[in-house]
Amino acid sequence: MSEAVVLEIESFDADEMPAVYEHPWAVRFCHWVNTVALFVMVFSGLQIFRAFPSFGAKIPQKDLLNWPKAFALGGWLGGGLQWHLTFVWIYVATGLFYVGYQVFSGNYRQVLFMPRDIPGVWPMVRHYFLFGPKPPQREVYNPLQKLAYTSAIGLGILSVITGVAVWKPVQFSWLTALLGGFQWARIWHFAVMWAILFFIFGHLVMVILHGWNNFVSMLTGWKKDPDYAPR
Amino acid sequence: MGSKTNDAKFKSMSRRELLKLTPVLALGAFAIPKFRDPLLKKGLGFSDWVSEKLFREGHMAPTFADADVTPFDKFPINDYDVDDPGVDFDKWTLSVSGLVQKPGEYKLEQVQALPKVRQNTQHVCVEGWNVVGSFAGTKLSDFLQAIGADTSAKFVYVECADDYYESLDMATALHPQTLLCYEMYDKPLTREHGAPLRLTVPTKIGYKQAKYLTDLKVTNVLQKVGYWEDQGYSSYYGL
Repeated sequence: MSEAVVLEIESFDADEMPAVYEHPWAVRFCHWVNTVALFVMVFSGLQIFRAFPSFGAKIPQKDLLNWPKAFALGGWLGGGLQWHLTFVWIYVATGLFYVGYQVFSGNYRQVLFMPRDIPGVWPMVRHYFLFGPKPPQREVYNPLQKLAYTSAIGLGILSVITGVAVWKPVQFSWLTALLGGFQWARIWHFAVMWAILFFIFGHLVMVILHGWNNFVSMLTGWKKDPDYAPR
Repeated sequence: MGSKTNDAKFKSMSRRELLKLTPVLALGAFAIPKFRDPLLKKGLGFSDWVSEKLFREGHMAPTFADADVTPFDKFPINDYDVDDPGVDFDKWTLSVSGLVQKPGEYKLEQVQALPKVRQNTQHVCVEGWNVVGSFAGTKLSDFLQAIGADTSAKFVYVECADDYYESLDMATALHPQTLLCYEMYDKPLTREHGAPLRLTVPTKIGYKQAKYLTDLKVTNVLQKVGYWEDQGYSSYYGL
Protein backbone atom coordinates (compact mmCIF):
# COMPACT_ATOMS: atom_id res chain seq x y z
CA MET A 1 0.00 0.00 0.00
CA SER A 2 1.37 3.34 -0.94
CA GLU A 3 -0.31 5.51 1.62
CA ALA A 4 -0.22 5.06 5.34
CA VAL A 5 -3.20 3.22 6.69
CA VAL A 6 -5.40 5.63 8.54
CA LEU A 7 -7.51 4.26 11.26
CA GLU A 8 -10.30 6.26 12.70
CA ILE A 9 -11.25 4.69 15.92
CA GLU A 10 -15.02 4.78 16.53
CA SER A 11 -15.51 7.35 13.90
CA PHE A 12 -18.67 8.84 15.35
CA ASP A 13 -17.12 9.55 18.70
CA ALA A 14 -16.59 13.22 19.25
CA ASP A 15 -13.39 12.44 21.17
CA GLU A 16 -11.94 10.34 18.39
CA MET A 17 -8.22 10.20 18.29
CA PRO A 18 -6.55 10.07 14.90
CA ALA A 19 -3.84 7.46 14.60
CA VAL A 20 -1.81 6.30 11.65
CA TYR A 21 -0.12 2.97 11.05
CA GLU A 22 3.13 4.29 9.61
CA HIS A 23 5.66 1.50 9.75
CA PRO A 24 4.87 -2.12 8.84
CA TRP A 25 6.46 -4.83 10.94
CA ALA A 26 9.11 -5.69 8.35
CA VAL A 27 10.35 -2.10 8.32
CA ARG A 28 10.48 -1.84 12.10
CA PHE A 29 12.15 -5.22 12.47
CA CYS A 30 14.83 -4.36 9.90
CA HIS A 31 15.30 -0.92 11.42
CA TRP A 32 16.15 -2.24 14.88
CA VAL A 33 18.18 -5.24 13.79
CA ASN A 34 20.14 -2.94 11.53
CA THR A 35 20.62 -0.45 14.33
CA VAL A 36 22.45 -3.15 16.29
CA ALA A 37 24.25 -4.50 13.22
CA LEU A 38 25.45 -1.04 12.15
CA PHE A 39 26.69 -0.32 15.65
CA VAL A 40 28.69 -3.54 15.61
CA MET A 41 29.96 -2.98 12.06
CA VAL A 42 31.17 0.55 12.82
CA PHE A 43 32.95 -0.21 16.07
CA SER A 44 34.44 -3.53 14.96
CA GLY A 45 35.44 -1.81 11.72
CA LEU A 46 37.27 0.83 13.71
CA GLN A 47 39.01 -1.98 15.62
CA ILE A 48 40.18 -3.44 12.30
CA PHE A 49 41.26 0.02 11.18
CA ARG A 50 43.38 0.40 14.33
CA ALA A 51 45.69 -2.38 13.09
CA PHE A 52 46.85 -0.18 10.21
CA PRO A 53 45.37 3.31 10.65
CA SER A 54 46.75 4.46 7.35
CA PHE A 55 46.01 4.35 3.63
CA GLY A 56 49.05 3.62 1.54
CA ALA A 57 52.46 2.07 2.08
CA LYS A 58 53.42 0.13 5.18
CA ILE A 59 56.94 1.56 4.82
CA PRO A 60 56.99 4.38 5.73
CA GLN A 61 53.67 4.26 7.55
CA LYS A 62 51.87 7.52 8.21
CA ASP A 63 49.09 7.07 10.74
CA LEU A 64 45.95 8.96 9.88
CA LEU A 65 44.04 8.61 13.10
CA ASN A 66 44.71 6.86 16.38
CA TRP A 67 41.29 5.62 17.29
CA PRO A 68 41.09 4.86 21.04
CA LYS A 69 40.82 1.21 21.94
CA ALA A 70 38.00 1.97 24.39
CA PHE A 71 35.80 2.96 21.44
CA ALA A 72 36.47 -0.15 19.42
CA LEU A 73 34.76 -3.53 19.56
CA GLY A 74 36.42 -6.92 19.78
CA GLY A 75 39.48 -6.16 21.93
CA TRP A 76 42.03 -6.94 19.21
CA LEU A 77 42.26 -7.27 15.43
CA GLY A 78 41.20 -10.93 15.41
CA GLY A 79 38.23 -10.14 17.66
CA GLY A 80 37.23 -7.16 15.54
CA LEU A 81 37.28 -9.36 12.44
CA GLN A 82 35.12 -11.97 14.18
CA TRP A 83 32.46 -9.38 14.98
CA HIS A 84 32.71 -7.76 11.56
CA LEU A 85 32.53 -11.00 9.59
CA THR A 86 29.65 -12.27 11.73
CA PHE A 87 27.44 -9.19 11.76
CA VAL A 88 27.99 -8.45 8.09
CA TRP A 89 25.65 -11.36 7.34
CA ILE A 90 22.98 -9.99 9.67
CA TYR A 91 23.47 -6.56 8.09
CA VAL A 92 23.22 -7.95 4.54
CA ALA A 93 20.29 -10.25 5.35
CA THR A 94 18.17 -7.50 6.89
CA GLY A 95 19.19 -5.15 4.08
CA LEU A 96 18.00 -7.63 1.45
CA PHE A 97 14.84 -8.39 3.40
CA TYR A 98 14.11 -4.68 3.79
CA VAL A 99 14.66 -3.81 0.12
CA GLY A 100 12.77 -6.91 -1.00
CA TYR A 101 9.85 -6.06 1.26
CA GLN A 102 9.71 -2.44 0.12
CA VAL A 103 9.74 -3.42 -3.55
CA PHE A 104 7.23 -6.26 -3.40
CA SER A 105 4.80 -4.63 -0.98
CA GLY A 106 4.87 -1.30 -2.81
CA ASN A 107 5.68 0.36 0.51
CA TYR A 108 8.75 1.87 -1.15
CA ARG A 109 6.55 4.74 -2.35
CA GLN A 110 6.50 5.97 1.25
CA VAL A 111 10.28 6.36 1.36
CA LEU A 112 11.78 6.40 -2.12
CA PHE A 113 12.92 9.85 -3.20
CA MET A 114 11.51 10.59 -6.67
CA PRO A 115 11.99 13.50 -9.08
CA ARG A 116 8.62 14.89 -8.02
CA ASP A 117 10.00 15.31 -4.49
CA ILE A 118 12.76 17.65 -5.65
CA PRO A 119 10.75 20.91 -5.40
CA GLY A 120 9.83 20.11 -1.82
CA VAL A 121 13.40 19.73 -0.55
CA TRP A 122 14.36 23.38 -0.32
CA PRO A 123 11.27 24.49 1.66
CA MET A 124 12.03 21.74 4.23
CA VAL A 125 15.70 22.76 4.46
CA ARG A 126 14.57 26.37 4.95
CA HIS A 127 12.16 25.25 7.64
CA TYR A 128 14.68 23.11 9.55
CA PHE A 129 17.79 25.24 9.27
CA LEU A 130 16.67 28.79 8.48
CA PHE A 131 13.52 29.13 10.60
CA GLY A 132 11.33 29.17 7.50
CA PRO A 133 7.62 28.36 7.66
CA LYS A 134 6.68 24.70 7.92
CA PRO A 135 5.50 23.44 4.54
CA PRO A 136 2.18 21.55 4.60
CA GLN A 137 2.69 17.81 4.82
CA ARG A 138 0.35 15.15 3.48
CA GLU A 139 2.55 12.08 3.56
CA VAL A 140 4.38 10.10 6.23
CA TYR A 141 7.73 11.42 5.03
CA ASN A 142 8.46 14.90 3.75
CA PRO A 143 10.71 15.29 0.67
CA LEU A 144 13.83 15.94 2.74
CA GLN A 145 13.20 12.83 4.81
CA LYS A 146 12.76 10.78 1.64
CA LEU A 147 16.04 12.15 0.33
CA ALA A 148 17.82 11.30 3.58
CA TYR A 149 16.39 7.77 3.89
CA THR A 150 16.91 6.96 0.23
CA SER A 151 20.52 8.14 0.53
CA ALA A 152 20.98 6.03 3.65
CA ILE A 153 19.80 2.93 1.79
CA GLY A 154 22.19 3.81 -1.03
CA LEU A 155 25.02 4.18 1.49
CA GLY A 156 24.14 0.80 2.97
CA ILE A 157 24.48 -0.79 -0.46
CA LEU A 158 27.77 1.06 -1.04
CA SER A 159 29.10 -0.11 2.32
CA VAL A 160 28.59 -3.72 1.22
CA ILE A 161 30.04 -3.20 -2.27
CA THR A 162 33.16 -1.46 -0.94
CA GLY A 163 33.44 -4.08 1.80
CA VAL A 164 33.42 -6.89 -0.76
CA ALA A 165 36.25 -5.13 -2.62
CA VAL A 166 38.33 -5.11 0.58
CA TRP A 167 37.39 -8.65 1.63
CA LYS A 168 37.76 -10.30 -1.79
CA PRO A 169 40.34 -8.38 -3.86
CA VAL A 170 41.14 -11.55 -5.83
CA GLN A 171 37.76 -13.19 -6.52
CA PHE A 172 36.26 -9.73 -7.15
CA SER A 173 39.45 -8.23 -8.56
CA TRP A 174 37.42 -6.30 -11.16
CA LEU A 175 35.51 -4.56 -8.39
CA THR A 176 38.64 -3.71 -6.41
CA ALA A 177 40.24 -2.40 -9.61
CA LEU A 178 37.11 -0.35 -10.36
CA LEU A 179 37.43 1.34 -6.98
CA GLY A 180 41.09 2.13 -7.70
CA GLY A 181 42.88 -0.79 -6.06
CA PHE A 182 43.02 -2.31 -2.58
CA GLN A 183 43.98 0.84 -0.66
CA TRP A 184 41.39 2.92 -2.49
CA ALA A 185 38.77 0.28 -1.71
CA ARG A 186 39.69 0.70 1.98
CA ILE A 187 39.39 4.47 1.63
CA TRP A 188 35.93 4.19 0.02
CA HIS A 189 34.79 1.71 2.66
CA PHE A 190 36.01 4.07 5.39
CA ALA A 191 34.41 7.12 3.73
CA VAL A 192 31.06 5.35 3.39
CA MET A 193 31.18 4.61 7.12
CA TRP A 194 31.60 8.31 7.93
CA ALA A 195 28.78 9.20 5.55
CA ILE A 196 26.53 6.70 7.36
CA LEU A 197 27.59 8.17 10.72
CA PHE A 198 26.74 11.64 9.40
CA PHE A 199 23.28 10.38 8.42
CA ILE A 200 22.79 8.76 11.83
CA PHE A 201 23.76 12.01 13.56
CA GLY A 202 21.21 14.00 11.58
CA HIS A 203 18.63 11.24 12.03
CA LEU A 204 19.03 11.25 15.82
CA VAL A 205 18.79 15.04 16.01
CA MET A 206 15.55 14.93 14.03
CA VAL A 207 14.13 12.10 16.12
CA ILE A 208 14.78 14.09 19.27
CA LEU A 209 13.24 17.24 17.77
CA HIS A 210 10.12 15.41 16.65
CA GLY A 211 9.21 14.05 20.01
CA TRP A 212 7.94 10.93 21.65
CA ASN A 213 4.95 9.97 19.44
CA ASN A 214 7.16 10.00 16.38
CA PHE A 215 9.80 7.85 18.06
CA VAL A 216 7.25 5.35 19.36
CA SER A 217 5.86 4.80 15.88
CA MET A 218 9.10 3.06 14.88
CA LEU A 219 8.49 0.62 17.76
CA THR A 220 4.74 0.05 17.47
CA GLY A 221 4.03 1.17 13.93
CA TRP A 222 1.26 3.43 15.23
CA LYS A 223 1.55 7.17 15.45
CA LYS A 224 -0.84 9.07 17.65
CA ASP A 225 -1.99 12.50 16.50
CA PRO A 226 0.12 12.69 13.33
CA ASP A 227 1.17 16.20 12.48
CA TYR A 228 0.13 15.78 8.87
CA ALA A 229 -3.42 15.58 7.64
CA PRO A 230 -4.39 11.95 7.17
CA ARG A 231 -6.24 11.31 3.96
CA MET B 1 -6.99 13.92 22.88
CA GLY B 2 -8.82 10.69 22.49
CA SER B 3 -11.43 9.38 24.81
CA LYS B 4 -10.44 6.76 27.39
CA THR B 5 -11.87 3.92 25.36
CA ASN B 6 -9.98 4.98 22.31
CA ASP B 7 -6.86 5.49 24.28
CA ALA B 8 -7.12 1.95 25.61
CA LYS B 9 -7.66 0.57 22.15
CA PHE B 10 -4.66 2.48 20.86
CA LYS B 11 -2.56 1.19 23.70
CA SER B 12 -3.55 -2.42 23.13
CA MET B 13 -2.79 -2.17 19.41
CA SER B 14 0.53 -0.56 20.19
CA ARG B 15 1.40 -3.21 22.75
CA ARG B 16 0.59 -6.01 20.32
CA GLU B 17 2.77 -4.48 17.63
CA LEU B 18 5.59 -3.87 20.07
CA LEU B 19 5.52 -7.52 21.16
CA LYS B 20 5.97 -8.57 17.54
CA LEU B 21 9.41 -6.98 17.67
CA THR B 22 10.66 -9.27 20.44
CA PRO B 23 12.70 -11.41 17.97
CA VAL B 24 15.10 -8.46 17.77
CA LEU B 25 16.05 -9.21 21.39
CA ALA B 26 17.67 -12.46 20.20
CA LEU B 27 20.65 -10.31 19.24
CA GLY B 28 21.16 -9.84 22.97
CA ALA B 29 22.74 -13.30 22.97
CA PHE B 30 25.87 -11.58 21.69
CA ALA B 31 26.02 -9.62 24.93
CA ILE B 32 26.19 -12.79 27.04
CA PRO B 33 29.80 -14.00 27.33
CA LYS B 34 28.78 -17.67 27.41
CA PHE B 35 27.07 -17.41 24.03
CA ARG B 36 29.21 -14.72 22.44
CA ASP B 37 32.33 -16.71 21.56
CA PRO B 38 30.51 -19.73 20.07
CA LEU B 39 28.28 -17.37 18.05
CA LEU B 40 31.23 -15.39 16.72
CA LYS B 41 32.98 -18.63 15.86
CA LYS B 42 29.88 -19.71 13.92
CA GLY B 43 29.76 -16.34 12.17
CA LEU B 44 33.41 -16.48 11.15
CA GLY B 45 32.92 -20.09 10.07
CA PHE B 46 30.00 -19.02 7.88
CA SER B 47 32.19 -16.31 6.33
CA ASP B 48 34.83 -18.94 5.60
CA TRP B 49 32.21 -21.19 4.04
CA VAL B 50 31.12 -18.35 1.74
CA SER B 51 34.79 -17.64 0.95
CA GLU B 52 35.34 -21.24 -0.05
CA LYS B 53 32.26 -21.14 -2.31
CA LEU B 54 33.57 -17.96 -3.97
CA PHE B 55 36.95 -19.54 -4.76
CA ARG B 56 37.36 -20.42 -8.43
CA GLU B 57 40.28 -22.66 -9.30
CA GLY B 58 40.68 -21.10 -12.75
CA HIS B 59 40.51 -17.52 -11.53
CA MET B 60 43.92 -15.85 -11.30
CA ALA B 61 44.91 -13.21 -8.81
CA PRO B 62 45.88 -9.97 -10.57
CA THR B 63 49.47 -9.87 -11.78
CA PHE B 64 51.48 -6.71 -12.19
CA ALA B 65 54.12 -5.28 -14.50
CA ASP B 66 57.67 -5.07 -13.17
CA ALA B 67 57.28 -1.28 -13.07
CA ASP B 68 54.39 -1.62 -10.57
CA VAL B 69 56.25 -3.83 -8.13
CA THR B 70 56.87 -2.32 -4.68
CA PRO B 71 60.61 -1.69 -4.21
CA PHE B 72 62.32 -4.48 -2.28
CA ASP B 73 63.23 -2.26 0.67
CA LYS B 74 59.57 -1.20 1.01
CA PHE B 75 58.37 -4.81 1.24
CA PRO B 76 57.53 -5.21 4.95
CA ILE B 77 59.04 -7.99 7.01
CA ASN B 78 56.40 -9.37 9.35
CA ASP B 79 57.22 -12.02 11.90
CA TYR B 80 55.57 -13.26 14.98
CA ASP B 81 58.87 -14.10 16.62
CA VAL B 82 62.27 -13.52 15.00
CA ASP B 83 63.33 -12.11 11.63
CA ASP B 84 65.87 -14.86 11.22
CA PRO B 85 65.40 -18.25 12.89
CA GLY B 86 68.98 -19.17 11.91
CA VAL B 87 68.38 -21.92 9.38
CA ASP B 88 71.53 -23.91 8.51
CA PHE B 89 71.27 -23.88 4.70
CA ASP B 90 73.78 -26.74 4.27
CA LYS B 91 71.74 -29.14 6.36
CA TRP B 92 68.30 -27.83 5.38
CA THR B 93 65.77 -30.22 3.88
CA LEU B 94 62.02 -30.16 3.49
CA SER B 95 60.54 -33.11 5.36
CA VAL B 96 57.62 -34.51 3.40
CA SER B 97 55.11 -36.77 5.08
CA GLY B 98 51.48 -37.80 5.16
CA LEU B 99 49.40 -39.00 2.24
CA VAL B 100 52.24 -39.11 -0.30
CA GLN B 101 53.87 -41.94 -2.24
CA LYS B 102 57.40 -40.57 -1.78
CA PRO B 103 57.83 -39.22 1.73
CA GLY B 104 61.26 -38.19 2.94
CA GLU B 105 63.79 -35.39 3.03
CA TYR B 106 63.85 -33.13 -0.04
CA LYS B 107 66.78 -30.87 -0.87
CA LEU B 108 66.30 -27.37 -2.24
CA GLU B 109 67.85 -28.48 -5.57
CA GLN B 110 65.09 -31.07 -5.93
CA VAL B 111 62.46 -28.36 -5.54
CA GLN B 112 64.33 -26.09 -7.95
CA ALA B 113 64.65 -28.88 -10.52
CA LEU B 114 60.93 -28.54 -11.23
CA PRO B 115 59.74 -25.81 -13.67
CA LYS B 116 60.27 -22.29 -12.37
CA VAL B 117 57.46 -19.75 -12.31
CA ARG B 118 57.97 -16.02 -11.82
CA GLN B 119 55.04 -13.77 -10.91
CA ASN B 120 54.41 -10.26 -9.62
CA THR B 121 51.48 -10.58 -7.27
CA GLN B 122 49.89 -8.73 -4.42
CA HIS B 123 50.51 -9.57 -0.79
CA VAL B 124 47.59 -8.42 1.37
CA CYS B 125 48.08 -8.31 5.12
CA VAL B 126 45.18 -8.89 7.50
CA GLU B 127 46.18 -5.59 9.14
CA GLY B 128 45.13 -3.75 5.99
CA TRP B 129 48.31 -2.98 4.05
CA ASN B 130 49.30 -4.46 0.73
CA VAL B 131 52.40 -4.64 -1.42
CA VAL B 132 53.13 -5.99 -4.87
CA GLY B 133 56.07 -8.34 -4.74
CA SER B 134 58.13 -10.24 -7.27
CA PHE B 135 58.20 -13.94 -6.48
CA ALA B 136 59.66 -16.98 -8.20
CA GLY B 137 59.56 -20.65 -7.36
CA THR B 138 57.99 -24.00 -8.04
CA LYS B 139 54.27 -24.46 -8.33
CA LEU B 140 53.15 -26.29 -5.22
CA SER B 141 50.92 -28.39 -7.50
CA ASP B 142 54.02 -29.56 -9.44
CA PHE B 143 55.78 -30.45 -6.22
CA LEU B 144 52.72 -32.30 -4.91
CA GLN B 145 52.69 -34.31 -8.13
CA ALA B 146 56.42 -35.02 -7.81
CA ILE B 147 56.02 -36.42 -4.30
CA GLY B 148 53.01 -38.47 -5.35
CA ALA B 149 50.60 -36.63 -3.10
CA ASP B 150 47.02 -37.79 -2.78
CA THR B 151 45.38 -34.61 -4.08
CA SER B 152 41.98 -35.82 -2.95
CA ALA B 153 43.22 -35.18 0.60
CA LYS B 154 41.84 -32.07 2.23
CA PHE B 155 44.86 -30.12 3.39
CA VAL B 156 48.52 -29.31 2.94
CA TYR B 157 50.04 -28.50 6.31
CA VAL B 158 53.44 -26.85 6.75
CA GLU B 159 55.75 -26.18 9.65
CA CYS B 160 58.49 -23.58 9.81
CA ALA B 161 61.91 -23.10 11.37
CA ASP B 162 60.52 -20.49 13.74
CA ASP B 163 57.75 -22.79 15.01
CA TYR B 164 55.20 -21.01 12.87
CA TYR B 165 52.78 -23.37 11.16
CA GLU B 166 50.11 -23.04 8.50
CA SER B 167 47.67 -25.01 6.39
CA LEU B 168 46.07 -24.66 2.99
CA ASP B 169 42.94 -26.32 1.66
CA MET B 170 43.81 -28.60 -1.26
CA ALA B 171 42.02 -26.46 -3.87
CA THR B 172 44.23 -23.52 -2.94
CA ALA B 173 47.34 -25.70 -2.77
CA LEU B 174 46.69 -26.82 -6.35
CA HIS B 175 46.03 -23.28 -7.63
CA PRO B 176 48.59 -22.45 -10.35
CA GLN B 177 49.74 -19.28 -8.56
CA THR B 178 50.48 -21.07 -5.28
CA LEU B 179 54.27 -21.36 -5.16
CA LEU B 180 56.99 -22.92 -3.11
CA CYS B 181 58.97 -19.71 -3.46
CA TYR B 182 62.77 -19.58 -3.33
CA GLU B 183 63.39 -16.23 -5.04
CA MET B 184 62.10 -12.71 -4.48
CA TYR B 185 63.04 -9.87 -6.79
CA ASP B 186 65.10 -12.30 -8.92
CA LYS B 187 67.46 -13.06 -6.03
CA PRO B 188 67.56 -16.01 -3.65
CA LEU B 189 65.24 -15.42 -0.70
CA THR B 190 66.85 -13.42 2.07
CA ARG B 191 66.65 -14.83 5.59
CA GLU B 192 64.12 -12.16 6.67
CA HIS B 193 61.82 -13.13 3.81
CA GLY B 194 61.90 -16.83 4.64
CA ALA B 195 65.01 -18.45 3.16
CA PRO B 196 65.46 -20.98 1.87
CA LEU B 197 61.83 -21.77 1.01
CA ARG B 198 58.50 -20.05 1.69
CA LEU B 199 54.93 -20.15 0.49
CA THR B 200 53.49 -17.56 -1.89
CA VAL B 201 49.71 -17.80 -2.10
CA PRO B 202 48.23 -14.76 -3.89
CA THR B 203 44.68 -16.03 -3.37
CA LYS B 204 45.13 -15.96 0.42
CA ILE B 205 45.70 -13.40 3.16
CA GLY B 206 49.28 -12.61 4.23
CA TYR B 207 49.51 -14.86 7.28
CA LYS B 208 49.09 -17.90 5.05
CA GLN B 209 52.41 -17.09 3.29
CA ALA B 210 54.53 -19.12 5.70
CA LYS B 211 58.31 -18.60 5.68
CA TYR B 212 61.38 -20.80 6.47
CA LEU B 213 59.50 -24.01 5.62
CA THR B 214 60.84 -27.19 7.18
CA ASP B 215 57.98 -29.69 7.00
CA LEU B 216 55.18 -30.38 4.57
CA LYS B 217 52.40 -32.84 5.24
CA VAL B 218 49.44 -33.91 3.11
CA THR B 219 46.56 -34.79 5.37
CA ASN B 220 42.81 -35.07 5.84
CA VAL B 221 42.91 -34.05 9.47
CA LEU B 222 44.40 -30.90 10.95
CA GLN B 223 45.51 -31.05 14.56
CA LYS B 224 46.25 -27.35 14.28
CA VAL B 225 45.14 -24.95 11.54
CA GLY B 226 47.70 -22.18 11.75
CA TYR B 227 49.54 -19.96 14.18
CA TRP B 228 47.12 -17.04 13.87
CA GLU B 229 44.06 -19.11 13.00
CA ASP B 230 44.34 -20.98 16.28
CA GLN B 231 44.17 -17.65 18.10
CA GLY B 232 40.91 -16.68 16.44
CA TYR B 233 41.67 -15.50 12.91
CA SER B 234 39.83 -16.88 9.91
CA SER B 235 40.94 -20.42 9.01
CA TYR B 236 40.28 -20.00 5.31
CA TYR B 237 40.79 -16.29 4.61
CA GLY B 238 40.68 -16.44 0.82
CA LEU B 239 41.01 -13.12 -0.93
